[in-house]
Amino acid sequence: MTDLSSTEPKAHRSLKVADARTKKRNAAEKRFRAYGIVAIAIGGLFLLALTYNILKAGLPAFTQYVVELEVTLTQDEFDAAESQMLKTAAYTDIFIGNFEANLAERGVAVPYDADAIERLLGKVGGDIRSYYRENLDDIGQPVTFQLQTSSRVEGYFKGRVNRDTIVDSRFLMGSDLDIVDALRDSGVLTSRFNWDFITGKDSGVDNPGGAGIGASAIGSLFMMLVVLFLSLPIGVAASIYLEEFAPKNRLTDLVEVNISNLAAVPSIVFGILGLSVFIQFAHLPQSAPLVGGLVLTLMTLPTIIISTRASLKSVPPSIRDAALGIGASKMQSVFHHVLPLAMPGILTGTIIGLAQALGETAPLLLIGMVGFVAREYPDGVVSGFMDPNSAMPAQIYTWAARADVGFYEKAWGGIIVLLIFLLLMNALAIFLRKKFERRW
Amino acid sequence: MSLILIVSIVIALAVIGYVLGVQRAVSSADGDQRILHSLKGYYGQNVALTVLVPSLLVLAIWAIAQPLLIDQSVSGLLNLEDSRAQSLAMADVRRVAEGLDTAIAQGALTSDAAANMDAETTDVRDLLGDIGVAVGSDVTPETLNAAQRYRGLSNTGSWARGFVVLAIALAGFAFALSRITKDFRARNIVERGVLVLLIAAASVAVLTTIGIVLSLIFNTINFLQAYPAADFFFGTRWEPSFSGRGGSSELGFLPLIWGTMFISIISLIVAVPLGLFSAIYLSEYASPRVRSIAKPMLEILAGIPTIVYGLFALLTVGPLLVSAFGQGGFFGVDWMSGGTAAMTAGLVMGIMLIPFVSSLSDDIINAVPQAMRDGSYGLGATQSETIRQVIIPAALPGIVGAILLAASRAIGETMIVVLGAGAAASLSLNPFEAMTTVTAKIVSQLTGDGEFNSPETMVAFALGMTLFVITLCLNVFALYIVRKYREQYD
Repeated sequence: MTDLSSTEPKAHRSLKVADARTKKRNAAEKRFRAYGIVAIAIGGLFLLALTYNILKAGLPAFTQYVVELEVTLTQDEFDAAESQMLKTAAYTDIFIGNFEANLAERGVAVPYDADAIERLLGKVGGDIRSYYRENLDDIGQPVTFQLQTSSRVEGYFKGRVNRDTIVDSRFLMGSDLDIVDALRDSGVLTSRFNWDFITGKDSGVDNPGGAGIGASAIGSLFMMLVVLFLSLPIGVAASIYLEEFAPKNRLTDLVEVNISNLAAVPSIVFGILGLSVFIQFAHLPQSAPLVGGLVLTLMTLPTIIISTRASLKSVPPSIRDAALGIGASKMQSVFHHVLPLAMPGILTGTIIGLAQALGETAPLLLIGMVGFVAREYPDGVVSGFMDPNSAMPAQIYTWAARADVGFYEKAWGGIIVLLIFLLLMNALAIFLRKKFERRW
Repeated sequence: MSLILIVSIVIALAVIGYVLGVQRAVSSADGDQRILHSLKGYYGQNVALTVLVPSLLVLAIWAIAQPLLIDQSVSGLLNLEDSRAQSLAMADVRRVAEGLDTAIAQGALTSDAAANMDAETTDVRDLLGDIGVAVGSDVTPETLNAAQRYRGLSNTGSWARGFVVLAIALAGFAFALSRITKDFRARNIVERGVLVLLIAAASVAVLTTIGIVLSLIFNTINFLQAYPAADFFFGTRWEPSFSGRGGSSELGFLPLIWGTMFISIISLIVAVPLGLFSAIYLSEYASPRVRSIAKPMLEILAGIPTIVYGLFALLTVGPLLVSAFGQGGFFGVDWMSGGTAAMTAGLVMGIMLIPFVSSLSDDIINAVPQAMRDGSYGLGATQSETIRQVIIPAALPGIVGAILLAASRAIGETMIVVLGAGAAASLSLNPFEAMTTVTAKIVSQLTGDGEFNSPETMVAFALGMTLFVITLCLNVFALYIVRKYREQYD
């Protein structure tokens, strides 16, 4: 036997010492690898930047600044105020009286007048009057009012205006900031979580402070109900037919090509379809969640069909054969055995399809859900489907298109709410998949 | 009779039918279920389906046909030659009719008073204004007359609808129950019925496509009758005016398709290298751990709604780019005057497209057989040489397909360009200038306050048609390539 280790290599080169060409090739290898890492890192960085940006710009929308003041209105004061000609002005005077006493108690000395109060807090008299007219029992007892500050004052706290950039106007004067600071220091003016943003309705174009996303979230909810109750049954039925019953011929091929293409049709084209079929042709009401839901159903259907077919396909043929073997009909084997086994996958696909539909904006632009100011909650179920409403993404777009900068913060805040919904839906889908997934 | 009432009566009938069907089947076999032809539930299902399907089908057809027939009959009363004036007048008629209904519902009018109202003696517009129904112009006697007719017909129609639908439901109920004997082949009939329903569901997708094509074609033809086709397809100026009609607007398609292509190409220049390199790294280099983190992370980018990207382009990327390329910016060049530009939209869209390129390329690279890699390594190639010289060429058709799908996505993308690209149509080469796209103009023409039949509005359908055709061609071609490629290695 030859001892291999003892033979000397003939060439002068060694595998242990890399020559120039090997070095070059290895460097190219490293570079190539680095490109991949950089590409993924850019994607990740962008995701981080987007998240940071959304949180930074959107979180302030969840804070509101309120002036807390305890007011005790006696019956005499109430009667006197109600008997006056300018009733709200009378209430404003009562408020200022209480305000002054409160400040004196806390030892804050700052000059102000009724106009400044109106600039800071809006029409306080009206708010107080409407409260007492609805709660007559509270007269004579101390009531703590939390009065929201105007959007300009919020802008001051949130850094949109500061002392250097402020321009005196009828909305806010430079001198008002002194009052605001004094109130803030003394604890009269406090910040709190802005429930009004989550439960509120949209406001007019000049009042970003009062705008909320609640009403349009309800619009989205009704749309999603339509999408769920139409696209799930239709999508599952269509997939069952295509996957289990359809004969393999040209016609079925055509349907399949059609579905995969429909999934890639731009969403705005579905908007055009909705506009001309549901609104022009069938005269359904414009801006109604029903129409939005129908359009989104047509748009989600291909997604749901594709994922449902995939999960039907993953059920092994032995299940079908066993069912057929003990005398079940084809239909029974599908509905009693295959479908229940495929259900987790179908539900996961449906939830992801719904999440996609929830964030879709473009088709809603065309059927009139943008530009509609969702000032009211729907009265009931029928009105929820048929009455004009907005939807969350449409509402965000509406805010982004308004001139007042204060609405941008609302738009970002709306995005946070929307993304929370999407995250929850996707988390549910992942949970279902992990919990019920079966490997055959 | 209201729709909800009809539907709930029909459903109630179906439920009762189910119970009775089961009972009747069992009693026809003298309580011995074994001698029934089918399981007892099928007898009930048969009754329920016979009640539900025909009656709801008739209801759906009726719901579509009734407004059309009423419109036709009422618009005869108005005697207007022009179809545009006709449709406007019909809108008024409908609004007045609805207003009268609301007035009766609120108790402001009795139904007799509404039926005998005379436009000469009553100010109908004022009356409707009081209850919150705004009517555009004064109500003429003809309009009021037509509105009365409209109300009368819809009223009769809805009663007739209820009557016919319930009659059909009851007939189905009686027929299905009467057929039940112990030898009745209920399962076969139910299964055939269910199969028909499944086929109907599958055809919804086809109907959607037909609906899209028809609605685009008819409206496009209408537009091309009002506006010369050559001016549309080869016009270089896009200047719609909503004040006048017809010739006063320039509706040239070229600046829009230019903007669309420009922005799509910028986005692909961003998305293709990033997506492709991510896919290569994830499929060839990454450890399972890294892959399990990085792949979902990239896919999150695809799950973010486009409105979020749009807002990000408008409020963050745009100002950032201006501070770099604008006047007095970081680079000291004055290329960019406003935040909305082709570059803004293109960059953000490119990021959005990364996962589209990477997921599909990843699948395709994974489908390349391991034997090809092993052969290449065996010849002494490094991993990157294998990827560049063996795997990418082998996967190229599929990767091209993925890029084409991403391109079709970019062309059809709406929200990012609506918010980020600007509104001015220009045939410029400067990527830092505001540009507009086909999709953005579809939105602005259809959400403007123009009249529905003017060329300025109808042009949106022609734009939609071209968009649909372009993306369809890209998709069909891309899917063909991907499918062909998959077969190659299967």
